[in-house]
Amino acid sequence: MMFEANNHFALLGLPVQFEIDTDTLQSNYRKIQSEVHPDKFVTASPAERLQSMQSATLANEAFQTLKHPTSRARYLLQLQGIETLEDSNTAMPADFLMMQMEWREAMEDAQLAKDITALEHLLSTMKNEAKAMQTVLADVIVNDPNTAAQIVRKLSFIDKVSADVQHIISRLED
Amino acid sequence: MALLQISEPGMSAAPHQHKLAVGIDLGTTNSLVATIRSGMSTVLQDEHGHALLPSVVRYLPNGEIAVGHEALAQQSKDPVNTIASVKRLMGRSLQDIVDRAHIPYHFVAGDDTQSMLQIETRAGLKNPVEISAEILKALKVRAEKALGGELTGAVITVPAYFDDAQRQATKDAARLAGLHVLRLLNEPTAAAVAYGLDNASEGIFVIYDLGGGTFDISILRLSKGVFEVMATNGDSALGGDDFDHRIYCWILDQVRANTQQFNPLNEEDTRLLLTKARQAKEWLTDNHEAEIVCKLSNGHLVEATLSASTFVELTQHLVIKTLSPTRKAMRDAELSIEDIDGVVLVGGATRMPQIRHAVEEYFKQEPLTNLDPDKVVALGAAIQANVLAGNRSDDDLLLLDVTPLSLGLETMGGLVEKIIPRNSTLPIARAQEFTTFKDGQTAMSIHVVQGERELVSDCRSLARFELRGIPPMAAGGARIRVTFQIDADGLLSVSAREQTNGVEANVVVKPAYGLSEDAIMTMLQSSFSAAESDKQARALREAIVDAERLIDAIEVALAKDGALLSTEEQQAIKAELQALKTLCQGQDSHAIHQASEALNHATEAFAARRMDASVKQALAGQDLNTLDL
Repeated sequence: MMFEANNHFALLGLPVQFEIDTDTLQSNYRKIQSEVHPDKFVTASPAERLQSMQSATLANEAFQTLKHPTSRARYLLQLQGIETLEDSNTAMPADFLMMQMEWREAMEDAQLAKDITALEHLLSTMKNEAKAMQTVLADVIVNDPNTAAQIVRKLSFIDKVSADVQHIISRLED
Repeated sequence: MALLQISEPGMSAAPHQHKLAVGIDLGTTNSLVATIRSGMSTVLQDEHGHALLPSVVRYLPNGEIAVGHEALAQQSKDPVNTIASVKRLMGRSLQDIVDRAHIPYHFVAGDDTQSMLQIETRAGLKNPVEISAEILKALKVRAEKALGGELTGAVITVPAYFDDAQRQATKDAARLAGLHVLRLLNEPTAAAVAYGLDNASEGIFVIYDLGGGTFDISILRLSKGVFEVMATNGDSALGGDDFDHRIYCWILDQVRANTQQFNPLNEEDTRLLLTKARQAKEWLTDNHEAEIVCKLSNGHLVEATLSASTFVELTQHLVIKTLSPTRKAMRDAELSIEDIDGVVLVGGATRMPQIRHAVEEYFKQEPLTNLDPDKVVALGAAIQANVLAGNRSDDDLLLLDVTPLSLGLETMGGLVEKIIPRNSTLPIARAQEFTTFKDGQTAMSIHVVQGERELVSDCRSLARFELRGIPPMAAGGARIRVTFQIDADGLLSVSAREQTNGVEANVVVKPAYGLSEDAIMTMLQSSFSAAESDKQARALREAIVDAERLIDAIEVALAKDGALLSTEEQQAIKAELQALKTLCQGQDSHAIHQASEALNHATEAFAARRMDASVKQALAGQDLNTLDL
């Protein structure tokens, strides 16, 4: 099958690097879906319908992976044979540990106080922190993959806390 | 002499015959069927000029079945055998229906507490799938009469927030009605297509769809014919019916306040008051107060005046209830109010002034209402049906829809582990690896659920299945990879493979609330003549229709991309084609099935090469060196 030999970057017509042109990503993704989406194969043979579903699924997977900086970085490291191991490698530098404890505390306080504004503020604080880490990533992902893996683990952590905060906000809004 | 084919203006006859395809809005209160005529999406009317078919089915004493206005007219007189709002019961068990005390039907639980409920009628036990199939049959008859031929296929709309069980039930109903389903399309997406193409709109649009029984909110990005759903949310048990119900309860309170003795209502009175409630709601759209006058079966006269302001008060919590999914969708799409270019109102219930005010207040802009909120979904479905059937050569319409609910698996302690998050673009697949926890374990059970909550008991159970035939190994030795695939209809399928020795176990997942294949076959057969010869004739006809569809598809592919094959490869496929064509002249349905499968198998490599070529071509102009397809 055609897609198997590839990586997500090649599939979406992008160079294999952390910094990507999101407009090109978006427009190439749409071009590919225009060709392979199951809606284009409704009257086709079962073989083509299966092929279409597999290809469209892969295009979605590739697009989602490359769209988000954390998953894009994790994927780039995987291509270099480095697993980021978020589940098993939980060792973090002390300053980051301090920061995450503060975030968790702020989250719990705001939850108790039902303070949505404070939760929104926390979200943007974490977003800025994540952005700062991403600017470093472009460089170290090539030159220092182990440091890059550490940053990806930090970003994964921020993503996780952000999701929890989002969840609390939506609960409070109910 | 050769006969000339004359087609309607705007319908091209050659080179491919125009396929008769329709869009169907199978609604809680009303259903519609639309098609593309002379390049315009048009709702088809019945012989009396009605576009809306009330979604009401009545089982008559003489064994006949009435659908639509005729059934609606008898609803108060024959409430037990006249089923309305059946959509709210699709894919649901008895215990899911919380307010059944106020619904005048004789409910019967399914085979077990998890299975789909049934309704006792004078025509026997009927399940929601069968009742919905009657509505679809009536629309099919209407369409075939209007279009003068058999339908090739239909796009049927479902609420975006429908879960797997509700979608499967809808597809089963279409199959019972003899309709070939081209696609299940989400109602707000259909509305966006109708609206977007009509107004040549670009930008980010919110579709606020409050129907008779369901509420959906979808946020889409419209750009150059691509309709990309960014987020969807909703409540599949909230709609105009609930507003009727609030008025109904208010009427009861008025009656109780004025009467010393109050007997429980019988079914006729319940239905009568619900009808009066609905009429009052509709009247209040353009008036300040509604008079409610009617006589109950015990002779008691009900007289009440409902003011618009009381109605707003009574239903305020329902209006607020729609804003919570709205906020969630906005959050999931990572948008703020200023990003929204337009808000489109869909569904008859959005005619209520309090809804319009609430939407306007939340989005800080006046909602768009220039398309009929009752028809816009069917019109959009017809446009999609026309494209899917292959009638439009300029293939510039692409719908990228999402799954509304997260898919998860039960883990230790009754907790859910999410494997596919909500708002993932379809189709999507995720693989998960499992291992055994006991020495020599040869089976394991997997429980799939849909929903956003942490506890299994708070989510909807989709399927429980067992993986058997795992080779006995030490605990943790076996590696079982289970793949969950959600297709473009939003339906789930599961396959499993034991990694260490490659044992493949294909699992057919039927939702816990769904009907088994056997049950569907029984219903299909009982709705036709039971004679053995008829069954065989039907099986043969179905086999030939399927085979012809396949032959047609492959001939089109060969004509277009035959150059991708070597002469030998072409000949191999053509030989299978010829074999199948010959069998189609005969009577052996089994042989036709086998030859169809052989032909399909022979084209698998061709299908892959065609996909390759089209992707390469689509990205041409890009740096081809980065492409190694």
